[in-house]
Order: sequence, then C-alpha cells, then structure tokens
Amino acid sequence: MDLASAKVIGAGLAAIGVGAAAAGVGYVFGSFLQGALRNPAAADGQQGRLFIGFAAAELLGLMAFAIAMIILYAI
Amino acid sequence: MAAGGKIDPMHQFVIEPIAGSFQANNPFVFTNSALWMLIVLGTIFFFMLGGMRRELIPGRWQVAVEGLIGFVDDMVHASIGPEGRKYLPWVFTAFIFLLFANLMGNMPFGIVKAAHPFTVTSQFTITGVMSLISFAIVLGVGFWKHGLHFFSLFMPAGVPLIAKILLFPIEFISFMVRPFSLGLRPFIAMFAGHILLDIFGNFVVQGFNAGGGGIGISILCFLFVAFISALELLVAAIQAYVFAILTSLYISDAVNLH
Repeated sequence: MDLASAKVIGAGLAAIGVGAAAAGVGYVFGSFLQGALRNPAAADGQQGRLFIGFAAAELLGLMAFAIAMIILYAI
Repeated sequence: MAAGGKIDPMHQFVIEPIAGSFQANNPFVFTNSALWMLIVLGTIFFFMLGGMRRELIPGRWQVAVEGLIGFVDDMVHASIGPEGRKYLPWVFTAFIFLLFANLMGNMPFGIVKAAHPFTVTSQFTITGVMSLISFAIVLGVGFWKHGLHFFSLFMPAGVPLIAKILLFPIEFISFMVRPFSLGLRPFIAMFAGHILLDIFGNFVVQGFNAGGGGIGISILCFLFVAFISALELLVAAIQAYVFAILTSLYISDAVNLH
C-alpha cells in the first residue's frame, strides 16, 4: 500500500470519531430536554451547564477532525 | 473527475501580504488577516458607539448593546459570584471579538475577488493567544489571591490519601490542557465549517458544469450549502458563548478554589 492511499484510509478512520462525538452531543441535549420537560421552572438556570457539557463532548469530535486534517494535509 | 478541476479547500486560509512582502529581515507585514481584524474592530467600535447614547428611553440599538452586555454580565456573575464584575472586561472583550469575527468571516462575498472575507478566528494563532491570555489571568489571579495555597486546586478536599495520589496528576493534566482546548475549540469549529462550505460550493459549480444528472446534484448541494450557512451562524454564536463561559468558569476556579 502506498502512502497516498494509506493517508486517505487513515483520515476516513479518524472521521469515525466525529460520528462518536455526534452521539455524545445528542446525548447531552437529549438528557437536558428530558430533565427540562420534567421541571421546566429549573431549566433556564441550567443552560450554562448544558453548554459546558456540549463543549466538552464537542471538543473530542473536533480533535478527531483535526487529526483527520493533519493526516490528509500535514504529513 | 472530467468535469471540474481539483478542489482546494485550504486556499481560503492562506495569509497573504497586502502591503510589503514576507522576507527574513521584514517581520512586520500588513496581511489580509490584519486587515480583517481591523475591520472587525471597527465594526465593534461603531456597534458599541451607537449604543452608548445613555437615553432614558433606549432605542433599538441601545437595547441591543445593553442586552449583550447584560447577558455577559449575568453569565459572569452566575459563575464567579459577586467578585465577577472585575473580570467582566476581558470576558466581554473575548466574547464580542469572537462573535463578530466569526460572523463576519461567514459573509458570502467570495464572488468579488478583492472583498473576500478572511475569518481571523480560523487561525490558531489568534484563538491560541486569546486562550493564553485567559490562562494567564487564571494563573495570575490564583497566585495573587491565594499564594502557594493555589495548588490545593489539584487536591480535592475530603478524599483518602491513596485517592489523592491518583487524583493529583489527573487534575494537574486537566488543568494544563485547558489553554490548548480553549483555543482549539473556536479555531476548529470555524475551520471545519469553512472547509465544508468550500467543498459543497465547488460541488454546486462542478455538478452544474457536468450537465444531465449533475444539475440535480447541484441543486441538492445548493440547498445543503444554504442550510450549512444557517448552521454556521449558530455555531459562530455558540463558540463565542462557550469561550466566554469557560473563561469565567476557569477564573471562578482561581478566585474561589472549588
């Protein structure tokens, strides 16, 4: 296998991590909605924590994307 | 691949000199990045200037500016506490600069050659320096207020000794990764979104040139680009908000020590 095709396969494998982060972000917002619908009065005070959880989950997917870009363009 | 040329999504991030040229003995060059930073700065200046009329019954513009400041002020107050007002200037500066730079980088002026908008936040040098300033504020405030007691941030109270030995390196690493992750997040979000827009924008043109079934694909891609552009506006606001709230949380760690 030459380097060019190995790079494309590696970038594709790294893109799996973005999908995993999508599941994480969906779980964060889904759990928030579940809690918010049970107690709508307390939901507005928790928006900051919602976005912190969202940021933590999203960062890992963005890192997978960064690794895919590094494999594709920087090696 | 007979229809179109090679797609080059990285070309939009190239920093080009506008005045002067890159040479070894000439480190100060006016680039398109610097030009767009000045444009963002000017826009923020006029936006804030329009809202500072201090009228008793505020107009629309003043409500917009006061609402934005009040939003960040509430957030800082909620996460830091009564001392938070001291740190509002930096948090608000970072928030509004990221917001305006992200939004202005999304402007669809790519057709006009000279007015091509450059997203300054799609360079890690910009967001990395901003996150380093946040980290420096955290370190400075922590050591200024608490002295060497600041290191108890890495030692959660009320856990047995064995757990402390395990927890110390974990807490330390998670603390030291903060400036990296804080700067990486807005940078990658803008970077990824612009690559996506560029690639699908190329698909629109190439599918149209191919003719036949390509025109259907071209229309689908056009709708997708419109949808992603709307999503990019949301992401631009969310990333600025996340940067501001994480900065105020980290400062809260340094001020209140858990």
